[in-house]
Amino acid sequence: MSKEIIRIEDLTREFTMGAETVRALRGISFTIKEGEFVTIMGSSGSGKSTLLNILGCLDQPTAGVYEIDGVKMKDLSRNQLATIRNEKIGFIFQSYNLLARTSALENIELPLFYNSKVSSEERRDRALKAIEMVSLTDRMEHTPSELSGGQQQRVAIARSLVNNPVMILADEATGNLDTRTAYEIMTIFQELNKQGITIIFVTHEPDIAAFSNRTIVLRDGNIIQDYQNPKILSAAEELAKLPKQDD
Amino acid sequence: MRLLNLLKIAFKAIILNKTRTLLTMLGIIIGVASVIAMLAIGEGSKESIRTTISAMGSNMITIRPGSDVRGGVRQERSAMETLTLNDYYAIKEQANLLTYITPLVNGGGQVINGSNNWPSTIYGVNPTYLKIKITELQSGSMFTDAEVQSAAKVALIGQTVVDNVFPDGQDPVGQMIRFNNIPFKIIGILEEKGENTFGQDQDDVVIAPYTTVQKRILAIDHLESIIASAISEDDAPEAVTQVSEILRKQHKLTETEEDDFHVRSMEELISTFSSTSEMLTILLVAVASISLLIGGIGIMNIMYVSVKERTKEIGLRMAVGGKGSDILMQFLIEAILISITGGILGVLLGLSSTVFIEKFLNWPTSIALYSIIISFAVCAITGIFFGWYPAKKAAALDPITALRYE
Ligand SMILES: Nc1ncnc2c1ncn2[C@@H]1O[C@H](COP(=O)(O)OP(=O)(O)OP(=O)(O)O)[C@@H](O)[C@H]1O
Ligand SMILES: [Mg+2]
Repeated sequence: MSKEIIRIEDLTREFTMGAETVRALRGISFTIKEGEFVTIMGSSGSGKSTLLNILGCLDQPTAGVYEIDGVKMKDLSRNQLATIRNEKIGFIFQSYNLLARTSALENIELPLFYNSKVSSEERRDRALKAIEMVSLTDRMEHTPSELSGGQQQRVAIARSLVNNPVMILADEATGNLDTRTAYEIMTIFQELNKQGITIIFVTHEPDIAAFSNRTIVLRDGNIIQDYQNPKILSAAEELAKLPKQDD
Repeated sequence: MRLLNLLKIAFKAIILNKTRTLLTMLGIIIGVASVIAMLAIGEGSKESIRTTISAMGSNMITIRPGSDVRGGVRQERSAMETLTLNDYYAIKEQANLLTYITPLVNGGGQVINGSNNWPSTIYGVNPTYLKIKITELQSGSMFTDAEVQSAAKVALIGQTVVDNVFPDGQDPVGQMIRFNNIPFKIIGILEEKGENTFGQDQDDVVIAPYTTVQKRILAIDHLESIIASAISEDDAPEAVTQVSEILRKQHKLTETEEDDFHVRSMEELISTFSSTSEMLTILLVAVASISLLIGGIGIMNIMYVSVKERTKEIGLRMAVGGKGSDILMQFLIEAILISITGGILGVLLGLSSTVFIEKFLNWPTSIALYSIIISFAVCAITGIFFGWYPAKKAAALDPITALRYE
């Protein structure tokens, strides 16, 4: 049995907007073990992004416990949280969040700029490797406005890989991709997962969830289902099965 | 390493935000340059007035007839005949703080040499006049005391008179001219002095013994004024008091009566004119401060708005692991680079436009170091503060809040 990497307990997140309070998460608990590939599903507005932001140390829960490797995130300073985000977590935003007017490669390098242990040669090498993984090497000098939605998403994915994170949190990382590219990306994630990286993947699509080993379903801020996948599909195999495109 | 990375990030950001960079710099450049140029004009005119007056003899003392009647009717100065030769003798004998003293009478008239003529002013003085006015001769020599005694018809002329009355370049010394139909023999030519600050041509003069001018030209007994030089500039105020006392005694004025004369040192004249130019400087400083303020507000605006705009960017940088201090440092470096570069360009523009004003508009200028320091400091500090402060606020947010910022 591998060890727990994430534990949340009775996690709530409320947004106060004037007199109104939106309860995005209503007290949810689960643990995730190292090396798991978890998909989080649920209808729009069910709280998936809210949960992922908290898991990514980008947001603070209103109440409840969040632990990484047994350390309560609540007890950490802002700087310590920044270091965790920088060194342990790769986060893929639903809306990409790339730096405008900045080349794809430089966008991918960004997290490493904040890691003083990485030299500039290593930074460049790692960014080149990451952009190769998402097959965008030929677009590395392009700025986000010169890239398609799917290409931007792939840049965001490469950026999340560049710091060799122990876990990757992806918010609809394949939302804008065609089936083929989506499967390619899932192949990458499965590959990374095999290397021991924990992956938490928010998605709408059940066929994407089939590539993970566990699925958590949210509705209105509550967990309504949490199950192990009986039959995990291999993205590489599914990709091979797709009808050949004539380009 | 970390600082190097942040420097790189800041540098990239500056290049990325070209418009913002240029606008901010423009605010700083104009603010700094206008303050420097305006204060240079103010200081320059002040200085040039001071040098002009000093060149006229900074320890000079002028005594004129006239009273300081307040509210009452003042007589026109030329109508006053209260200053006499006896006053001159009395001062000459009794005042011990003066080195030179001369009576002075003057009158306008036509200088004629054959078919050439020129309107000028004749000054009747004694030989010490040149010493008091610190004037040298180009050629010839000054008249003597004996020539004053005998009211000799000899004169010295300035360059402007030479140019107009002797246009064919012959040496005027030894020649005869007529001033208001009185013949004078020219015995010397005054050195060229050019215009003074007040636009007066100091070379448009004829100088002759006061006795001659009194008797032959003006037909008067009184004096227009007496001018003297104090032993030193520092003694001038004391000398003024001394002369006043002598004259009050001489004119038999009682305690309650006001002076019927004016005694003025150059120092007073300097301060009178300096206070005028001081006002000019204050005015210019006010205008400069306003432009500095407007420049500052411009810088503030652009920096503030652009950092607000970049809240999303700040959120992203924090999301990928940038610490609050990294973000702040980045924005601080950006603000410093922009402000300092802008400041330096502003100083250069200020200095070059000052040179331009001096060279092409012929205005006297003098660059004040304090104007450079103050304008540079104000602009740089404004730029740095307003680049840093909104960034500090943004960096205090949770990354997701900053990212969501619209
Ligand atoms: N910053 C916020 N302020 C107010 N309400 C918020 C905020 N963020 C999220 N919410 C609310 O919380 C709820 C959950 O939002 P969340 O973004 O987590 O949904 P989601 O499951 O990711 O939906 P989608 O699939 O559309 O991305 C929504 O009702 C949303 O309106
Ligand atoms: Mg979402």
